Amino acid sequence: MPPLLAVRALEARYGDTRVLRGVTFEVADGGITTILGANGAGKTTTLRAVCGMVRTAGEITLAGRRIEGRATEDVVRLGVAHVPEGRGTFVQLTVEENLRLGAYARRDRRELAAEIERVCRYFPVLAERRRQVAGTLSGGEQQMLAVARALMLRPRLLLLDEPSLGLAPLVVREIFRIIRTINREERVSVLLVEQNASLALGLADHAYLMETGTVVMSGPAAELRENDAIRQAYLGY
Amino acid sequence: MPSRAWTLGVAAAALAVALVLPFTLTNFRLFQFTQVFIYAIALLGLNILTGFNGQISLGHGAFYAVGAYTTAIMIDQWQVPYGWTIPTAGVVCLVAGFLFGIPALRLEGLYLALATFALALAVPQILKYFEHWTGGSQGIVLSKPAAPWGLALNPDQWLYLLTLAVLVVLFALAANLLRGRTGRAIVAIRDNAIAAQSMGVNTALYKSLTFGVSAAYTGVAGALSALAIAYVAPDSFDVFRSITFLVGIVIGGLASISGAIFGALFIQFVPNWAQDISKAAPWAIYGVFLIGFMYAMPRGIAGSVRMVAARWRRRHAEPAAPAAGSGG
Amino acid sequence: MDTLIQQIVSGLATGGIYGSLALALVMIYQATDVVNYAQGEMAMFSTYLAWTLLNAGLPYWVAFVATLAIAFVGGLLLERILIRPVESAPVLTIVIVCIGLLVILNSVAGWIYSYIQKPFPSPFPSTPIRVGNIYFGAHNIGALAVTLLVLLGLYVFFRFTTLGLAMRAAAQNPVSSRLCGIRVGWMLAIGWGLAALVGAVAGMMVAPIVFLDPNMMAGILIYAFASATLGGFTSPGGAVVGGLIVGVIENLVGTYVSFIGTELKLTVALALILIVLVVRPSGLFGRPAVHRV
Repeated sequence: MPPLLAVRALEARYGDTRVLRGVTFEVADGGITTILGANGAGKTTTLRAVCGMVRTAGEITLAGRRIEGRATEDVVRLGVAHVPEGRGTFVQLTVEENLRLGAYARRDRRELAAEIERVCRYFPVLAERRRQVAGTLSGGEQQMLAVARALMLRPRLLLLDEPSLGLAPLVVREIFRIIRTINREERVSVLLVEQNASLALGLADHAYLMETGTVVMSGPAAELRENDAIRQAYLGY
Repeated sequence: MPSRAWTLGVAAAALAVALVLPFTLTNFRLFQFTQVFIYAIALLGLNILTGFNGQISLGHGAFYAVGAYTTAIMIDQWQVPYGWTIPTAGVVCLVAGFLFGIPALRLEGLYLALATFALALAVPQILKYFEHWTGGSQGIVLSKPAAPWGLALNPDQWLYLLTLAVLVVLFALAANLLRGRTGRAIVAIRDNAIAAQSMGVNTALYKSLTFGVSAAYTGVAGALSALAIAYVAPDSFDVFRSITFLVGIVIGGLASISGAIFGALFIQFVPNWAQDISKAAPWAIYGVFLIGFMYAMPRGIAGSVRMVAARWRRRHAEPAAPAAGSGG
Repeated sequence: MDTLIQQIVSGLATGGIYGSLALALVMIYQATDVVNYAQGEMAMFSTYLAWTLLNAGLPYWVAFVATLAIAFVGGLLLERILIRPVESAPVLTIVIVCIGLLVILNSVAGWIYSYIQKPFPSPFPSTPIRVGNIYFGAHNIGALAVTLLVLLGLYVFFRFTTLGLAMRAAAQNPVSSRLCGIRVGWMLAIGWGLAALVGAVAGMMVAPIVFLDPNMMAGILIYAFASATLGGFTSPGGAVVGGLIVGVIENLVGTYVSFIGTELKLTVALALILIVLVVRPSGLFGRPAVHRV
């Protein structure tokens, strides 16, 4: 089966600095793929490039369609939901308003209330706090809100940028469990960028390792988990 | 950063040209260029505050007015020789600017702009109110100073050279100040005041002092303008004056010393051009010029010059560099 | 006591006008960090367009609505055509573009319509309305009602419609808005359109009082600044309330403080701005600026 997302020889720069020097990877349709690497490896830039938030060279193909160079708004409308680093919640708006905005790009804006119910089934705490201003939520709750908002799009591809950052381990485990459920039940493909290698390798089917702007290793997650070099450098044992 | 030699070379060439002009131009043109020099000094003052230090002022017309009226009152009421009025205006404005800079410490960006805007609006009213000193709406009439020491120059030529001399001195001082430690502190405060503070820069003191120096420059310009025009009146120091100064530094180029000269040339001559192009709606043409310049040169004339120079330098340094694609 | 109530109501009427213009300023400021200095001139120009339509024989309310539509489209186009090319330029650059627009509008209005003052009709009867023993100018009451209606409409739009929500989001967080598929550029354009529309209402309501001339909005713009400063530049509701307060204060001071004639009335507005900035820069309802390190 062809991959949902195929990226070839992706390059990106911030001003004069080249951050991505030819990145190639794929996300299988219905699978969970993770990109690992230390700070500054270019993982976040890769996600931003897929969404059209950075100027790029190279090829990005989504479901057979070339999307490099397209504006972020257009990529989103093709069914790509991005949960950015730092969550990107609308902190001055309520939880409910945040969720409504998640569905903005959908052509078929069916019963919004039903959609919000659906999403709140994954994250019951959001249902309790519907009318609360998003900025008053805890870090973990905001992360759930960010993921929930992304789900309102009914995306084909979910991009997650370091969802574990700054969260308590229990909360992180819960979020990852929900991601696995979403992947299985709604057939949402996931591209997960993480520094927390052991968590990511536990969730993903396939993994890539990035260092200073290129992919240096790739393979099924189970294999990378057993790989000595990775274990020592990223898993700490 | 262009090399020192290059900058000095250009400045020297410009100065040479400037020195020749009094003997080739009509008195009216000379007067126009004298105005350009005066505006350049005022704009440099504003640029030090807004461009280099990041404090937006929409009220520098007030300091211009204070400088002008200091000169006018000193000459008119106390018959002080005009030479002494210029530094006095500078000192008065230095103090005034510093004092204004203290409450301004609490205000940022938009709010500082609003406060200075309110100040600018109030100036004509205040000037008219203190009639006894300022001559009210009638203003004060002065006489153009004649050249001293029996020099064979007419008053316009003398004023031109005097203004040029003051400009050279003030610009050299500013260049020195801004390239050294003080300049770096001032810019650091603009870019990230909190970081600057945590590195030991006394931001409060620097910001207030910068306000004072900036006001002093503009005040000296005001004093010179009182002499050049030989007349001061409240309505010539309205809010439009302050806005014109802001236009001047943005068009000329923020955080740039040469920008002050480009800006001064713009605000002096473009309104005239606009008038030539259209008698019916000259300001509309001026507005078109403003917008056009900002489209073509969003970072001002000096900014564009810098960009072109940098690109030229990069192109001429290419051959020695390795091909892009390698490197770790 | 009767005079007091009269003055308060008349102050509220002019205050509604100041508040409307202040709202327009705050709307654009919140979305772009730029104060649109041309807001007053845009309102003035819209009022002249209304005058042209009325002169062509259109009934008042038809001309009114048509002007609102033209103002909306005009504001939208101005943003797309004039502001978009410098969107990512430094703030002061955009400010200069707004000043350029101000100057162009003022000059063109003077050129087309001349600087001679013209009367502008009010849709409200000239006979005063009587409540108990107090007489209120019908135009004052009417202007206040129209202004409040328009503001109510805006409030409903922003609070309860999807587009309004998207616009609020785009103003607060453009990056996240793009990730929701919101076309942020067009949200800005619509914002400018709405601001122009609100300004047009203000212009048409104030013109009968101050007479139509190219410089009529200059003083009102300053009162609008005072209103937005008082209410808080980060609070649209605050801007409106600020406007009402400024209107009332201006009227009461003008009536009860003898040495304040028309000249010094403006100084009252300035003094207000300075006092607010010294005491509480973020205004009554605004949020104080938070500095992220």
